[in-house]
Amino acid sequence: MRLERRHETSRAALVLAPIGAVAFTMAVSALLVLWAGAPVGRTYALLLQGGFGSVFAWSETLTRAIPLILTGLAATVAFKARLFNIGAEGQLYAGALAAVAVGGMHGGTGFELSPWLLFPLMMLAAAVAGALMLLGPALMKNKLGVDEVVTTLLINFIVLLGVSALLDGPMKDPTAMGWPQSVSLQSDLELGKLIAQTRVHTGLLWAVSLAVIVWALFKYTVLGFDIRAVGANARAAAFAGVPVTRTVVMVALLSGALAGLAGAIEVAGRTSYVTLDMSPGYGYTGIVIAMLAGLHPLGVIAAGVFVAGVLVGADTMSRAVGVPTYIADVIVAASLIAVLVATLLTQYRVRMKK
Amino acid sequence: MTDLLDILANPSFWVAVLRIATPLILGTLGVLLCERAGVLNLGIEGIMVAGAFTGWLAVYAGAPLWVGVGVAALTGMVFGLLHAFLTVGLALSQHVSGLGITLLATALSYFGYRVSFPKVNTPPTITPFAPMDWLPVPILNAQTALTLFALLLVPVVGWVLYRTPLGLALRMAGENPQAAESQGVSVAATRTGAIVAGSALMGMAGSFLTLSAFNAFFFNMVNGRGWICVALVVFASWRPGKALLGALLFAFFDALQLRLQQSGDAVLPYQLYLMLPYLLSILALVLVARKASYPQALMKPYRKGER
Repeated sequence: MRLERRHETSRAALVLAPIGAVAFTMAVSALLVLWAGAPVGRTYALLLQGGFGSVFAWSETLTRAIPLILTGLAATVAFKARLFNIGAEGQLYAGALAAVAVGGMHGGTGFELSPWLLFPLMMLAAAVAGALMLLGPALMKNKLGVDEVVTTLLINFIVLLGVSALLDGPMKDPTAMGWPQSVSLQSDLELGKLIAQTRVHTGLLWAVSLAVIVWALFKYTVLGFDIRAVGANARAAAFAGVPVTRTVVMVALLSGALAGLAGAIEVAGRTSYVTLDMSPGYGYTGIVIAMLAGLHPLGVIAAGVFVAGVLVGADTMSRAVGVPTYIADVIVAASLIAVLVATLLTQYRVRMKK
Repeated sequence: MTDLLDILANPSFWVAVLRIATPLILGTLGVLLCERAGVLNLGIEGIMVAGAFTGWLAVYAGAPLWVGVGVAALTGMVFGLLHAFLTVGLALSQHVSGLGITLLATALSYFGYRVSFPKVNTPPTITPFAPMDWLPVPILNAQTALTLFALLLVPVVGWVLYRTPLGLALRMAGENPQAAESQGVSVAATRTGAIVAGSALMGMAGSFLTLSAFNAFFFNMVNGRGWICVALVVFASWRPGKALLGALLFAFFDALQLRLQQSGDAVLPYQLYLMLPYLLSILALVLVARKASYPQALMKPYRKGER
């Protein structure tokens, strides 16, 4: 078996490849539905209905999509430069914690700031906290050649343990009946609702705007060009005069900041405090979303909404027909692999020969 | 200080060290085989979960313990084949393929567990491997046969790597695939074989958790052990002997952390002790990085006839 590069790839193929791959995944996953002893058609219908079938379903899906779009963007920015940031989960928690530290800790100390000043300060703190989490691994990769995948993964565990220690101690909410839960943000820092009576909050506007900003950054700025050049071939980029180290540092700061903002926006828009289970793996799912989107910042919005819909729909479906919700994770993970293969097939032709 | 000496003088501490080290030894040898042939396998975390689950499920369904271990190895091989297809056959990003396999294997295992046991609150149990108390060696006789197997595997892997034509082919595929190919070695076949064999060890590493260390399957029971193995391989400079040393050293600190936590008069929050193994891994990566002798073709896909 060998691969031959195709001379040209049509735009339609690039869009259809992920859609076809996801459809293929759903077809194969039907075997799992059968194993669980449920009717395939009804299960998938319920899954879609639960994710996209009503205003309430859409509101839940969009709420879930907000952190996913942001962690998806974090992965996109980093992966474009071949910085494999697998640490978005830890960066998200670092951002959430920083947000609460700025926006929830000053009560009673006589230290008062207008929310107009405090809100940007809170978001900035979250972005900086997330960015710092990635700066170390990025520099270790660039200066020492330490594989960033392993370091960012290990840092996730360290951050979560750190959050756990802080929620048991200095940042514990004394009124939480002993639950390991941080103090709450002051209420004037919370994000407003986008649709009344639902949980969708204005964080969605943040996520979409940031996707557009990242897209414009890639398309119209020198940094965007440098990022793509470093990602394509770091050695050639350096030879061509691209400041590689500076670009990698910028990428790390940007990617970490986006994941940190995901945490802050979750806190400000949904939970108002930090708990150890505030993210069911948004950082890891963000990687899948970036891949489904073919590392296109605007595609991340669509991929984020799709994955969120599957995850939300699985909850409804599971309650109705008893297929475990983990099927959503299987579909998301298998889609990742299928999309990789499908994208490859748009660029290469497989020739079977001796 | 006397506390520390008390801990170290107690044989049960060293029993714990060896027990904690066992899955790390198996997993690290698995990663080592893959990377020596030039392929990073980040699927390990998920493959360990899958091995832990399928091995346990087989035993729960009535199979003998060793058959359970075999089933776990077979599960690892299946995911290894998938990884080989994606990274060797299609030359996709080894990072992304591995992560995808981790997510898929974990999700499939959890799904399978929930389908098999929809309504249980306490995890169903099996009778795990018994300690080898007939063995006249202290500390080792408190371990199960799986630990002995892991220990014996270290020299075996070393012997295969350095003393057999197969090992030479494998190392060449990881160092200089062009040269290997010119010597008549099929790089694709060698890499595929190494990934499948390494993944089998990863599956067995997972089965140690359910069939020897515990007697049930839990969610999150692998808990980053696979990632630690990936770090340990770098620490070991891709050498089996050093991999054993690294796993033991790591397990030593993990066991120590547990004892310090239990001793009650811990000054620091327990989470800081739990962080130690991860901090240590990063430190090891940094310290070893400069002189690290990476297999030269690691993470580089090889396509016949290109360049």
